[in-house]
Amino acid sequence: MKNATAGTLESGDILINIGPGEGLQVNLQSSVAAQFGRQIKAVITDTLEGLGIKDACVEAIDKGALDCTIRARVTAAAVRATGKDVWKD
Amino acid sequence: MRNSKVVSLEEAIRRSGLQNGQTISFHHHFRGGDKVVNMVVDKLAQMGFKDLKLAASSLSDVHAPLVEHIKNGVITGISTSGLRGALADAISHGLMEEPVVFRSHGGRGSAIANGELKIDVAFLGACSSDELGNATGHGANSICGSLGYALPDARYASHVVVLTDDLVAYPNMPQSISAADVESVVVVDSVGDSTKIAAGAIRDSKNPRDILLAKQAAKVIINSGYFQDGFSIQTGTGGASLAAVKYIREEMINRGIKASFALGGITAHMVKLHQEGLIGTLIDVQSFDKVAAESIAVDPAHREVSAVEYASGQHLGSATHALDIVILSALEVDTDFNVNVLVGSDGIIRGAIGGHQDTAADSALSIIVCPLLRGRIPCVVPHVTTLITPGPSVDVVVTEYGIAVNPGRPEIAQRLKEAGLKVVPITELAAKASSIIGKPDPLPFGDKVVGVVMNRDGSVLDKIYNIQ
Amino acid sequence: MMFVPGNNPGMMADAHIYGPDSIMLDLEDSVTMAEKDAARLLVHNALKTIDYGKTEMVVRINPLNTPYGKKDVEAVVKAGVDVIRMPKTETADEVRELEAEILKVETEIGRVGETRIMAAIESALGIVNAYAIATASPRMMGIALGAEDYSANLKTNRTPGGAELLLAREQIVVAARAAGICCFDTVYSNLDDMETFRKEVELIKTLGFDGKSIINPRQIEVVNEVFTPTEKEINKARAVVAAIKEAQAKGSGVIAVNGKMVDRPVVLRAERTIALAVAAGVISEEEAL
Repeated sequence: MKNATAGTLESGDILINIGPGEGLQVNLQSSVAAQFGRQIKAVITDTLEGLGIKDACVEAIDKGALDCTIRARVTAAAVRATGKDVWKD
Repeated sequence: MRNSKVVSLEEAIRRSGLQNGQTISFHHHFRGGDKVVNMVVDKLAQMGFKDLKLAASSLSDVHAPLVEHIKNGVITGISTSGLRGALADAISHGLMEEPVVFRSHGGRGSAIANGELKIDVAFLGACSSDELGNATGHGANSICGSLGYALPDARYASHVVVLTDDLVAYPNMPQSISAADVESVVVVDSVGDSTKIAAGAIRDSKNPRDILLAKQAAKVIINSGYFQDGFSIQTGTGGASLAAVKYIREEMINRGIKASFALGGITAHMVKLHQEGLIGTLIDVQSFDKVAAESIAVDPAHREVSAVEYASGQHLGSATHALDIVILSALEVDTDFNVNVLVGSDGIIRGAIGGHQDTAADSALSIIVCPLLRGRIPCVVPHVTTLITPGPSVDVVVTEYGIAVNPGRPEIAQRLKEAGLKVVPITELAAKASSIIGKPDPLPFGDKVVGVVMNRDGSVLDKIYNIQ
Repeated sequence: MMFVPGNNPGMMADAHIYGPDSIMLDLEDSVTMAEKDAARLLVHNALKTIDYGKTEMVVRINPLNTPYGKKDVEAVVKAGVDVIRMPKTETADEVRELEAEILKVETEIGRVGETRIMAAIESALGIVNAYAIATASPRMMGIALGAEDYSANLKTNRTPGGAELLLAREQIVVAARAAGICCFDTVYSNLDDMETFRKEVELIKTLGFDGKSIINPRQIEVVNEVFTPTEKEINKARAVVAAIKEAQAKGSGVIAVNGKMVDRPVVLRAERTIALAVAAGVISEEEAL
C-alpha cells in the first residue's frame, strides 16, 4: 500500500488520506466530532474492512459529510492506495 | 465652551466614582467594528479596578481581549444578549466562576427600567457628540444610525460617559442621547472601524437553498391570513429573511397591499419598500447597514426607538405588541417548537438572543426559517440544546423539506394546506433529519453552570453548562 | 432535468429539494480525468443511500470508448439508477453497445430490463441519425440535444436566438415523436440572464419538447412557469376529458364539447394538458380523474 488521498475540503465532503499502518488507525478532525465522531470512524473502519484492508493509517478531515460520501471517499482513497479497483476492467 | 464636559477617559472614570464590584455597561451598535469595550476595559484594568460586572447589549468576536481581563479578575460578571468567537468559546469551557446572564433585547430594556439590572456607569460610544453630550449615530468618521440599544443605559444608568471620535459644535441636534443624561464626554482617536460598523447593503443571496426557503416563507406569510392592508412586519438579516422581503414586495404590489410599519433591525431592503410607499413607518432600534443608517437621519417616517420601546415585555406600549408578522432564524427547533438561537450543536455559545423571545411572544404570527440540515448538523431535533424561545410562542417552522405548524394554531395549518403548501408534522421533519445524518451522540457537558438564560419576565428559562 | 456535478457531494445531497422532475448526476464533462474514479464511487453511494423521493435519477456516463465508460455503467446499474444518459451519441450501434453493457451488469445482479437509456445527440452525424438512435433499443426513453458540442461541430457559435439549433431541435422532436419517446432540450448557461432563458424555454415548448435541461435550481421556476398550463387551458382540457367520459358512458364514438365535434388531436392535447398540470402540482391526481 502506498499513500493516497481522496475527497476535498468543501462543505459536505471529507478529505481522506490513507497510508500503510498496523491495524486500522483513524485520526479524525471534524466540527461535528462531539456528536458524530464515533459514527464517522465506524463508517471508515467498516468500509476498509469491507475492502479486506486490515492495516492502514487514515487521516480524515471532515466537513460535514454524510455516511454515503464518507464510504465513497474512503473507498476511492483505498483503491488509489492499493491499485485494486472495485469495478471490473 | 462654558460647562464643557469634555475630559480624558481616566478623568471621566475617576469622576464617575466607579467602585470595584460595580456594573459598567456598553451597547453593540458598532457591531464587529467596536473599539469602545476593549479601550475602556483596558483603561479600567490599568487603573487597577477589579471585580467589575460588564453589562453589554451584546458582545461579538471583536471582544476576545476580554478573556485576559476575566483571567486577571478585572471582569467577574457579564450580562449580554449574545457571545461569539474566542470569548464565547472560553466561557463555554468554563472560564468564569459567575455564569453569564443572557437576556433578550426587550428583556434587557425591562431589566434596566425596573432596576433589576442596575448600571453604575454606562460607557456609550457615539459617532458624534457636542461638548455637553448630545450624541448621535452619525458622524464624520462613521455612522451607525439608530442608538436604540444605548438609550435605556443613557436614561437609567447612575453615571453616563459618552465616547466619540467626532466632537462637533453645540447643539448636535436632533440627538439620540440627550446631554441631560450625560455626565462626561471623552474624545478618542476612533470609536470603531467604520467599514465594519455599517457595511453596504447586504447583497441578495444567490444560494439556491436560501431562495427556496425565502419563497416558502413568503408563501406562508401571504396565505397566513395576516397579509392584509395595514399589516406590520419584522425580518432578520439572514439570506433567506432578506430574500423573503423581495417576494413579499412583489405580492404587495400585485394585491395593492401596504404595510403600516416595519420593526426592529432595519435594512436597506426595508428602506427601499418604505421609499416605494409600501411601508408607512420604519421603527428602528438598530440600523443594520449604511443605507438604513443614512435614511434614519433624513426621513421623518424612519424613527429611532429604545430597546424598551421596541420590545419590552413589561411595557404594553412597546412596538412588538403591535407587530403582526415576524420572520426569525434558528440554530435548532425541537418537536415542541422550542427554539435555540444561542448555543451551537457542539455545546459552544455562538449566537445571540436578540429580539427572538420578544417578537415571537408578542407578534400575531411568528415564522422560523431554517434549513433542516446545515452540513451534518440537524436544525430540527427532538430537544433543543438550550431553550431560548418557548414553543408556545412559535407558530410556523419553514424548512426545505416541508412546513410545520404549531398544533396550537390549527387555523393557520388549514390556510396553508388550502394554499397547496406542504404542511407536515414537525416530528416528521425531525425523523427526516435523523434518517439522513443518523443519531448524534450526547454532548459532553460538565456540571458547571456557565450561562443563565433569562425569560422576558425576569425568570430563569434555562441553564447552560460547561462543555468539556 | 437538473445537471449536478458528480464529484460534488454537497450539491448531490439535497438537489431534490428544489423539485426538479429528474436529476442528472454527471460523470462526464464536469469531472476531471483525475477524479473520474472518485466521482463514480460518490455517485454510486449517493444513488444507493440518499432518498430522492419521486425524482427520476439519471446519470451521464463517460463514452464507452473511454477507459471510464464501462466502469460507470457497472457502478450506476448496481446502484439502481433509473436512466443512463449516453453522451455524444452518433449511431444506433452505440446505443446497442450500451444496451449490451447494461444487460451484462443487470444479469449479474438479477435486475434485468430496469435501466432505461437516454441518448444525448451532440453532433451533425447524430442529428442525421436521430430516428435510428431513438428506435435503437426498447430501453430508449428519450433523446436530448447537447448544443455546445453540436454548434462547435457545425462550425458555428451559440446565439441568444438559437438560429443555429433550429434544425437540430426540430429533428430531435420529430424523431422522438416518431419513436414514441421523450425529448429534452439543451442547457442554458447564463444564470444571470433569466429573460433570454425564459424566451428559450418558450421557444422549445412551442417546438414540442417535453422538458429543458438546467444547471441551477434557480432555473426550475421559469421552466415550470412556462410548461404549466394556465387555468383557462386546464378548464378547457377538463371539459374535453369530461366529454370523452360522457361519450364512453353512452357508448358513442362521437365526442362533443359545447355542441362542437372534437377531433382526436384535441383529445390528446387535452390529456397532455391535464398531465402537465398534475406534474406541475397545479391540480392533484384525484382532481385530474
